[in-house]
Amino acid sequence: MQDFADSFSLAFGLILSADPELAEIVLLSLRVSLSATLAACAIGMSLGAAMAIFRFPGRGALLIFTNAMMGLPPVVVGLAIYMLLSNAGPLGAFSLLYSPTAMVIAQTVLVTPIATALTRQVISDLHVEYDEQLRSLSLGPLDTLGTLLWDARFSLITVALAGFGRAIAEVGAVIIVGGNINHVTRVMTTAIALETSKGDLALALALGLILIGISITVNAALMALKGTARRFAYE
Amino acid sequence: MNNLQQTHGANASFVQRNALLPLRADALRFAPDGLTILDDVSLQIAEGGITMILGSNGAGKSVLLRLLHGLLEPHRGEVLWRGGPATREIRRRQAMVFQKPVLLRRSVAANLEHALKAAGVPRTERARRIEEALEEAGIAHLAKRPARVLSGGEQQRLAVARALSLKPDVLFLDEPTASLDPVSTAAIEALILAADRRGCKIVMISHDLHQARRLASEIVFMDRGRIAEQSEAASFFKEPSSAAARDFLAGRLRLPDGR
Repeated sequence: MQDFADSFSLAFGLILSADPELAEIVLLSLRVSLSATLAACAIGMSLGAAMAIFRFPGRGALLIFTNAMMGLPPVVVGLAIYMLLSNAGPLGAFSLLYSPTAMVIAQTVLVTPIATALTRQVISDLHVEYDEQLRSLSLGPLDTLGTLLWDARFSLITVALAGFGRAIAEVGAVIIVGGNINHVTRVMTTAIALETSKGDLALALALGLILIGISITVNAALMALKGTARRFAYE
Repeated sequence: MNNLQQTHGANASFVQRNALLPLRADALRFAPDGLTILDDVSLQIAEGGITMILGSNGAGKSVLLRLLHGLLEPHRGEVLWRGGPATREIRRRQAMVFQKPVLLRRSVAANLEHALKAAGVPRTERARRIEEALEEAGIAHLAKRPARVLSGGEQQRLAVARALSLKPDVLFLDEPTASLDPVSTAAIEALILAADRRGCKIVMISHDLHQARRLASEIVFMDRGRIAEQSEAASFFKEPSSAAARDFLAGRLRLPDGR
């Protein structure tokens, strides 16, 4: 018990002193997960919106595929990206394995289905409401898409935050394609896994506390956003 | 009341010719999944005055309006504007206001801006048109407010103002004053009459016989998916030619087998 108490005080010490090693890990985590979320939203929101308002061949299959991919274990995504990027894989020539770029790719693959599926739902609900008005205005398909995406902006920010939550919290994919290399690809979750198994609980705890802090911040932001949306009746 | 009738009198002789009319519907049938909603509906709508579509619930009024505006495709028959099918250009010269106004999640002014941009109105002209339309609808002071926090009456005034800012040649309205209080109803009726005076053809659905008497110069009476009669408003209210309309005016219920 004494050990745990010591670990906590050490952990707080690391956080309060802005320990450089800790800071490096946290910043890399944020950089990787934010980049992945951005890329996943760019792909997933376009795809989801298109699936919501266009009928095209293979749409049903794509729908099932994205929904199925939403629940994919991160380790499986990690394995797939590993095979693509490894020297023997089709993208081996780029030597991306064990780099932050590889981690961004893996998390992008992980988050894109979520962004796609949630966006499709949000946009198709809104489309039902707006359809007659937009057709009455003789709006073309691209303008319709633009109108819906803009008017769903509050919901779409929620979608992005949900995606970021999944990215920042996962360990399976980044540990496989990143390799948890110190000063290169070590992020919060992989560091926690490693430090815990080494028995160095202080750093692991400090990172865990920061993760909890990020999670609370994201959720507080979500709630503030929903409050604003409600006040403007933009839900 | 006298005043309104006088405006109608002046109306019949306006000089400006409506570029889209006459509008003709030819033997329209609308029967999704084999369920017949409209059948054999033919009518001609000429310029001048307000055409009011009356009938009980489920008579097919809203479907007819949507077929005319092009939001629905008929399963048989056709809608002809000046003898030809609707082109994109023709559709852009019409506007429609729905019973439940569809307002974008933006400010009042941005709702008009969006519609004007969609209609291809140049940016420099949009601001002037927005101001003009909001002013006329008496909601200029709400320009910056989020559209969806307005009261029901203000929302519908905004929807009508948005439609009128497009300066349509034909405006379709689907029960625009249903569930509004008398003040809001009067404000919307004033907007409609002003548009009518400017030469915009109004085709509107109403449940309200008083409203029809106030506004209509022509009545299209629908009964169970068909047009029972199309008459001048004055003669319709004096002596409708169809039994269905007579019952409707007398407030008698018509049971399904009473045809």
